Amino acid sequence: MTTSIETTPRRADAATSRYRTFMNRHSSLLPTFAAIVILLVLLVGAQIAFGNFITPRNLSSLLLDNAYLVILAVGMTFVIITGGIDLSVGSVMAFTGILCAKLLADGLPAIVVVPLMILGGAAIGLLIGVLVQYFDVQPFIASLAGLFLARGLSFVVSLSSIKVEDPAILWLQSTRFQLAGWYITPTGIIALLVVAIGVYVMQWTRFGRTIYAIGGSEQSARLMGLPVARTKVLVYVISGVCGGLAGLVLTAYSGAGYPLNGVGTELDAIAAVVIGGTILTGGSGYVLGSLIGVLVYGTITSVISFMGAEQSWTRIIIGALLLLFIVVQRVIVSRADRRR
Amino acid sequence: MSGGARATRHNGVMDEPPPLLELTGTTVRFGAETALDTVDFRMFPGEVHSLMGENGAGKSTLIKALTGAQRLDAGEVRLAGEVVHFATPADALRAGISTVYQEIDLLPNLTVAENICLGREPRRFGMLDWKAMRVRAREVLAGLGLEIDPASLLGTHSLAVQQLVAIARAISTDVRVLVLDEPTSSLDVDEVAELFRVMRDLTQRGVAILFVSHFLEQVYEICDRITVLRNGRLVGEYVPSELLRIDLVQKMLGRSAAELGTRARVEPAAPESVPLLQGDGVTRAPGIHGAGVELAEGEVLGLAGLLGSGRTELARALTGIDRPDAGIITISGQPVDLTSPRKAISLGVVYSSENRRTEGIISELSVQENITLALQAERGILRRMRPQRRRELAMSWIEALDIRPADPDRPAGTLSGGNQQKVLLARLLALSPRVIVLDEPTRGIDVGAKVEIQNLVGELADNGLSVVFISAELEEVLRVASRVAVLRAGRIVETLPSESLTVESLMALVAQPDEFSEAVVAAAAVPASSFPAQPAPSAEGGSPSPPTGGGPE
Repeated sequence: MTTSIETTPRRADAATSRYRTFMNRHSSLLPTFAAIVILLVLLVGAQIAFGNFITPRNLSSLLLDNAYLVILAVGMTFVIITGGIDLSVGSVMAFTGILCAKLLADGLPAIVVVPLMILGGAAIGLLIGVLVQYFDVQPFIASLAGLFLARGLSFVVSLSSIKVEDPAILWLQSTRFQLAGWYITPTGIIALLVVAIGVYVMQWTRFGRTIYAIGGSEQSARLMGLPVARTKVLVYVISGVCGGLAGLVLTAYSGAGYPLNGVGTELDAIAAVVIGGTILTGGSGYVLGSLIGVLVYGTITSVISFMGAEQSWTRIIIGALLLLFIVVQRVIVSRADRRR
Repeated sequence: MSGGARATRHNGVMDEPPPLLELTGTTVRFGAETALDTVDFRMFPGEVHSLMGENGAGKSTLIKALTGAQRLDAGEVRLAGEVVHFATPADALRAGISTVYQEIDLLPNLTVAENICLGREPRRFGMLDWKAMRVRAREVLAGLGLEIDPASLLGTHSLAVQQLVAIARAISTDVRVLVLDEPTSSLDVDEVAELFRVMRDLTQRGVAILFVSHFLEQVYEICDRITVLRNGRLVGEYVPSELLRIDLVQKMLGRSAAELGTRARVEPAAPESVPLLQGDGVTRAPGIHGAGVELAEGEVLGLAGLLGSGRTELARALTGIDRPDAGIITISGQPVDLTSPRKAISLGVVYSSENRRTEGIISELSVQENITLALQAERGILRRMRPQRRRELAMSWIEALDIRPADPDRPAGTLSGGNQQKVLLARLLALSPRVIVLDEPTRGIDVGAKVEIQNLVGELADNGLSVVFISAELEEVLRVASRVAVLRAGRIVETLPSESLTVESLMALVAQPDEFSEAVVAAAAVPASSFPAQPAPSAEGGSPSPPTGGGPE
């Protein structure tokens, strides 16, 4: 009787009802599915066009070349799902990277330097989080301040590129675990580990679900007794830590620290997250989706270099894709509104 | 069960059990205004306690005070005899005080199961146990008689279901005090009955329930005791069986019910006149399918129908909010294409949404700005109203509609529901419309304010304004409207003068398909003044006045 208010289909056609159940449960996965479809289309299209695109070597390098972006995108996903944004990550990555190179050049061992990088990233994240939560500053503004701070700090550390010769750091990049033409470097492993931890935290911990709750409605989350303040500060700290890790990975990848690294990378990370199906207003999205988003981004980059075209086309295509995804998201959201 | 306990409480002071929750000298100030003035309040285990009062009486503030959402300026809270301080709602929750707020405070982006379990999810090996979560949610929901997929997203369900999920969340903990703020406003009759059954179960377990509702019938049906507040002060604590409804209303209002008055209905327009607003075959999927409606000048047309019958959808289609898929809308006989609310407004047709907070008032803006908003928009950005003029205009509306507090600079969000509704009305009336569509203008506001708004609608119609009045309370529709259009499944099935209807016959029309309802209407078609005045429904055993007339099925 009470279920009469439910919108159950009267003629309970099994297929439709299964479809409805699926949609009622997983409609938030749709944008991520769309991203997977686009990735597959890109890969298959490139394979048809070039004939030698889908090779173990090529696909392995896709992860290797974009490991730092994967890490940044995971941190960004946390922030965006709360409904915030973190513009500082590109600069944080540059700052921790140059700091790493400088400290190593000064003779500190890697075992000290790496935790310091992570700590540096976390500190800037904490600053942004505190500004957002306790001083009620817009995330955009607070993280913009973080962006300038980190960028400035990296110039304080050094104005020019510093080469890294520490064997431990270089090992992260040069080691290749091979299997039948596929290979993975420790940097790639770090990136995948970050993704795995991200997925675990988001899906299987209270902290993760609180992040979704805040994105759904901060006020409701507070009234439900969830630790909103702590969680909101922590997501920026996490994003900062990811910035620090990305700094490590990028330094290993490029073999040097450079204060102008990662200008605009925060925007690439945001683009990857959005293409991966996370909604910019928060409350919906997946860490795995962001990985897909980065892979879409990386595939486009490498397709362009296969074609021998200007890399600026990457930006144009990413821009177009972003536009498409935002429109798709709007349609999904407004359809959900209409159904109610 | 509680009858015996109640008798001891009131007859023998000596063996009165200690209150479970006790607030003494509670005082809360907002700036210069005192929202709660040394109010004492107590609840005993195993009782249903109702908090009654007009808008602005301090009910919401008192609820917030005891759930940790509002800091006290003076006074103390005792739970089971011990002084407690709740800094946040989380503290109150931990102490066993659960609250279901009037505006559903859940998360549409998460699953039903999560909404129930969030913050205390079952875990296994340090990971959330999704399966156990769904099982637990299913159990709690089954206890409420609700069978929905716990893994579905909350946002895919109707408001009524969401309301029940909110209640499920509140009772899924070791709850000692359960606060239900207007829990029945979006439920139909069966759901209310189900809720009451659950509430009785809970009281058996010793839970104290604070039930806030503006439906007097429901209060009398379920409550063991009533505390009345007025203007932030305690009026008294009463036992329903010893308090006549009429007296209760009087205590809430501080004046006698006779003074509230009843309005004579506007005479239906002469049949030959061209309808001011007419909709023919208005269709918009999925809500309405070929609805036909006519509105004469100076008429109040009631729209009656169950939740989901297309009331709101029709209202929105008639006012340019949503563009119809098909159908013709004419104004004074001229076909119009209402492509946007702006277009509708320029033709003198305005809409007041049922969602006062999200689609009406802009809480952060002042009362003054809220009132002049639409008018300024109509004038355009280049013809900015002078601040002086704006203020005068706002003040005149504040005076005309008796908006309280009469402070044009106060943020509108701090006003009580009834006053917010008046601000909204003022905004629309400032546009000098010809047709005003009011969607649930009295939802969630109190008897006194309700009567004021009803009377206001009458006055507006007397002055030649045409009104479409939508309400889930059939009694109110009958009281205010001169004709009632009955909606069922997205169609207008009948339009009848309200004299020929009673609450019962209208309820039958709204709820039942065909033959049965016709029989009831025929049986009840005695022109009746049988429904009593709103403030004292069924003081002499009148109508059952449920929120919406949902008969069986």
